[in-house]
Amino acid sequence: MKKQLQEIQEKALAALNQVKQTKELDDIKVKFLGKKGELTAILKGMKDLTNEERPIIGQLANDVRNDIENKIEQVKKELAALELKSRLESEKIDVTMPGHTCACGHKHPLDKVIDEISDIFIGMGYEIADGPEVEKDYYNFEALNIPANHPAKDEQDTFYINGDILLRTQTSPVQVRVMEKGKLPIRVVCPGAVYRADEVDATHSPIFHQLEGLVVDKNITMGDLKGALAVFAKELFGEDTKVRFRPHHFPFTEPSAEMDVTCFACGGKGCRVCKGEGYIELLGCGMVHPKVLEMSGIDPDEYSGFAFGMGLERVAMQRYGITDLRLLFENDVKFLKQF
Amino acid sequence: MDMSMTWLKDYVDVDTDIKDYVEDITLSGSKVEGYTVLGGDIKNVVTGKVLSIEKHPDADKLVVTKIDVGSGEPLQIVTGATNLYVGAYIPVALSGSTLANGVKIKKGKLRGVESNGMLCSVEELGCDRHDFPEAPENGIYIFPNEVPLGKDIVEIMDLYDESVEFEITSNRPDCFSMIGLARETAATYNKKLRYPEIMVKEEAEGNINDMVSVDIQNSELCPRYVARVVKNVKIGSSPRWMRKRLRSVGIRPINNIVDITNFVMQEFGQPMHAFSIDTIADRHIIVRNAKEGEKFTTLDGIERNLDSSMLVIADSEKAVGIAGVMGGENSMITGDTAEVLFESANFNGPNIRITAKKLGLRTDASSKFEKGLDPNLCEIAVNRAVQLVEMLGCGDVVKGCVDCYPNKLEERKIPYSPEKINKLLGTDISEDTMIELFERLEIKVNKDAKMLTIPTFRPDLETNADLAEEVARLYGYSKIEPTLAAGTPTVGKKTYEQQITDIVKDTMISNGLCEAMTFTFESPKVFDKLLIPENSDLRKTVNIYNPLGEDFSIMRTTTLNGMLNSISTNYNRRNEEAALFEIGKIFIPKALPLTELPYEPKKLTIGMYGKDTDFFTIKGIIEHLFDVLGISEKAEFNPQSDITWMHPGRTAEIYINGENAGYVGEIHPTVADNYSIETRVYFAVVDFEALVNNACLVAEYKPLPKYPAITRDISMVINDGVFVKDIEKSIKENGGNLIESVKLFDVYQGSQIDKGFKSVSYSITFRAADRTLVDDDVNPAMKKILASLEKDFGANLRE
Repeated sequence: MKKQLQEIQEKALAALNQVKQTKELDDIKVKFLGKKGELTAILKGMKDLTNEERPIIGQLANDVRNDIENKIEQVKKELAALELKSRLESEKIDVTMPGHTCACGHKHPLDKVIDEISDIFIGMGYEIADGPEVEKDYYNFEALNIPANHPAKDEQDTFYINGDILLRTQTSPVQVRVMEKGKLPIRVVCPGAVYRADEVDATHSPIFHQLEGLVVDKNITMGDLKGALAVFAKELFGEDTKVRFRPHHFPFTEPSAEMDVTCFACGGKGCRVCKGEGYIELLGCGMVHPKVLEMSGIDPDEYSGFAFGMGLERVAMQRYGITDLRLLFENDVKFLKQF
Repeated sequence: MDMSMTWLKDYVDVDTDIKDYVEDITLSGSKVEGYTVLGGDIKNVVTGKVLSIEKHPDADKLVVTKIDVGSGEPLQIVTGATNLYVGAYIPVALSGSTLANGVKIKKGKLRGVESNGMLCSVEELGCDRHDFPEAPENGIYIFPNEVPLGKDIVEIMDLYDESVEFEITSNRPDCFSMIGLARETAATYNKKLRYPEIMVKEEAEGNINDMVSVDIQNSELCPRYVARVVKNVKIGSSPRWMRKRLRSVGIRPINNIVDITNFVMQEFGQPMHAFSIDTIADRHIIVRNAKEGEKFTTLDGIERNLDSSMLVIADSEKAVGIAGVMGGENSMITGDTAEVLFESANFNGPNIRITAKKLGLRTDASSKFEKGLDPNLCEIAVNRAVQLVEMLGCGDVVKGCVDCYPNKLEERKIPYSPEKINKLLGTDISEDTMIELFERLEIKVNKDAKMLTIPTFRPDLETNADLAEEVARLYGYSKIEPTLAAGTPTVGKKTYEQQITDIVKDTMISNGLCEAMTFTFESPKVFDKLLIPENSDLRKTVNIYNPLGEDFSIMRTTTLNGMLNSISTNYNRRNEEAALFEIGKIFIPKALPLTELPYEPKKLTIGMYGKDTDFFTIKGIIEHLFDVLGISEKAEFNPQSDITWMHPGRTAEIYINGENAGYVGEIHPTVADNYSIETRVYFAVVDFEALVNNACLVAEYKPLPKYPAITRDISMVINDGVFVKDIEKSIKENGGNLIESVKLFDVYQGSQIDKGFKSVSYSITFRAADRTLVDDDVNPAMKKILASLEKDFGANLRE
């Protein structure tokens, strides 16, 4: 009987070594270990054994069963691993095919520039202010120290609604409106649309955008103006950007300046973009004129401030290399999707 | 304003390289736009003398010359010129030379005869007969006198100059002159300014006061009028030095008298006019306002209609000039004018500006006057002019001048404070340094009294802030240390409305929309194009008084036109699909005519088309937006067929919290057609303010469900005209408070359903927060729901 058991064991193990598929395992299990299996059949002869033999053979039979069962488990695992491997191999796809995207929209390039500049100033403690586009002559000119018949009024080719009301030619009237509220100190930037009677062409538009800045506090100096705008320029154009301040004239600031930044294209060496100068004009600025402070109800002996303003289309066009201003207002999706 | 470096050096010694000069003067406050070098291209052109002229053996129209260029063998040069003679002194372009237009000359053969260069006309040297009146109309330039041979032509003919173009700002009318720019140059380099010495010999007989009288009737518009008289006028051309200076600043020389007035206008910035004195009745000049409707023919031969705001120079009978703008044809100088009256007057700047604008006649003179000139210049300028008349020998100057100057402008005294100046600049500049800088600008300083005497040509200097700029620009803006203001700290952040704007834009972009920017003014014709009714409030617009044209003449009251134009652009450029949004302003007058500023509400506008786009695409975007803004629960979409520019059956009005907040739908096909769009276009217009007011960005946590839900699906066949919104409402109302959600999952119309009906299917979910529901909890609710649907909508329930 012992010999029979050993034969079964050998037969079973040999059969298991030949198994290729999981379902064959079940057949083997039934064949050897099932109720009608070979092992069970042999064990039926246990009752004929002597009392001495019975426990020994019983032990042996159990060992054989365990061995076969272990072997079955082992083969099962091996087969599962093989099958997984072949499944993974069969599931191979071309990962270079394009993904399923949901169509993505795009922000207008000008708005991107406005966001970028606004964020820089927000980081420096500025708020964002807004004002009407149909504006009173008083706010657009008079309160900015541009009295009636001032040549600066001509320079700006104003659209009028009537004698007192016009389309703002600059974002500067927002300065006055902010100052009039009387909440000091002031740190604001005001982006917005402005209007001037220029025919539409590649570099002109009767509607364009400016961003104005205003700081009013005690002891604000021209050094502070230079410092703030230098930080701004570095943030916008990169750490290596240098700025240059040139004296200029604006009726609402004194002293006044224009700020140039080193050319983004050549870094200041001089190239076609900057016409060989190495610098590109970015904005106008200056210390708020004492008359302007006074007209808005701020005591110029106690407070001082600086203001600056820049055209945004030009920044956007330079930043993205756009050569025709009209593209910004056509809203062709082939254009907008590039940003 | 163009300036000549050669001319500048008459007044101040500058030896700086032009590149450095341009930068230095810009950084001290006179902005240079650019500069050009005149005569700079000409290389290797020298003086020569014709030794012999022989016929060309093989060409009738050419001659072979021998030219002495001062050194070596005479050069053989072939030329076609006909005005040469032996002994003539001429410009010779040597082999390897460059002419003014950049053309390079090399030796070669002309019809077989060697030619070692070229003889030059003035044109080839970059000039014309205005520069050298003695030059022939066609031919080689021949020097009128003997010149040394082999010398650089640029030097001998004085062709070199640098012309610098300045952008002069409106506060510095004094800089529209050579003297003004020389003053700035001298101040920049701390050099001495040499004013021209003005001395008049007055050799003619008589005294002007016996010959001419002047009466200013409006001294507000004409603060000063100075006149001088020149007799025995000999019209001719002016000398080379004067012509060169005029040319270098872009003025064409004409004749000596005209050139002198132009020269002085450039030199001192004071425009002058020369009248033929015989044409002035009674030799009595009256400065008066024009009569309303007065007709007057200006120098250019054009008859002008004047009005009473304009100032004219007149005699007792007629006007002879429009003050500060242009003289009259009737008093013009002609070749045989013998006596000339030089007018050097001061006029009110704004008035000149308005007159020139009204007449559409902006002249060199008016553009100088309109900036506001110093009346104290008048006398200096007229004396300079008659001095030049004597110098050029083109007339005899009569003794004395008539000077009508009722209220002399005196120099102003203003206090200065070095502390305030330093405080504004953030500098520590010593008072002595400041004083030195003031003095460079001809400002007189009384240090003890802390007082400055400001020259009358600097009306712009009034306050310490003005003085700070003068100090800073000469001290150097670059030397002011950049600092970061300490001051009171402020928090930089966006307002609530600005945050909502960002969220709306982000949501639109995440839905695949591109941001558009459109014009806020448009044509009044858009209302018809948009089928907007005649009596609509939208037609009450803010109108531009002086538009660029009808197309840009009204401020928009609707964003439709801008967006439709953009959609049309995309469609007609064959873009398969386009989805755009814009947050933009419209302009609604409170009353017309406009007395106060209009409302400027913002609108969110969406426009889109494409093969996968339909009503539910755009509505889904709005619903997504409402979800993001936390207003889904408050929003309703109601069918609306009365918006004339929208498809009557495919438009919903949007209500938020019961208030109208816009609409969404398909554009009316006629409107689409009016914009040349041949596809269905979907639009939404939402009041931005309604979004801001109703948005709820603060989320509140609700515990997650602990107990399972029961879901029941129902299907019904129902009249096509019943809105699913009403069915849903009925289910919710009748389902009791255990209803968690009602979801439409199918709508079907087709062969199995009768015409005029549709099948709709809902999935209704019930849930309790405190227990697991059993059928008995849900069955009564379902019964009630089904009964109401049958009763209220005639629903035929399907099992």
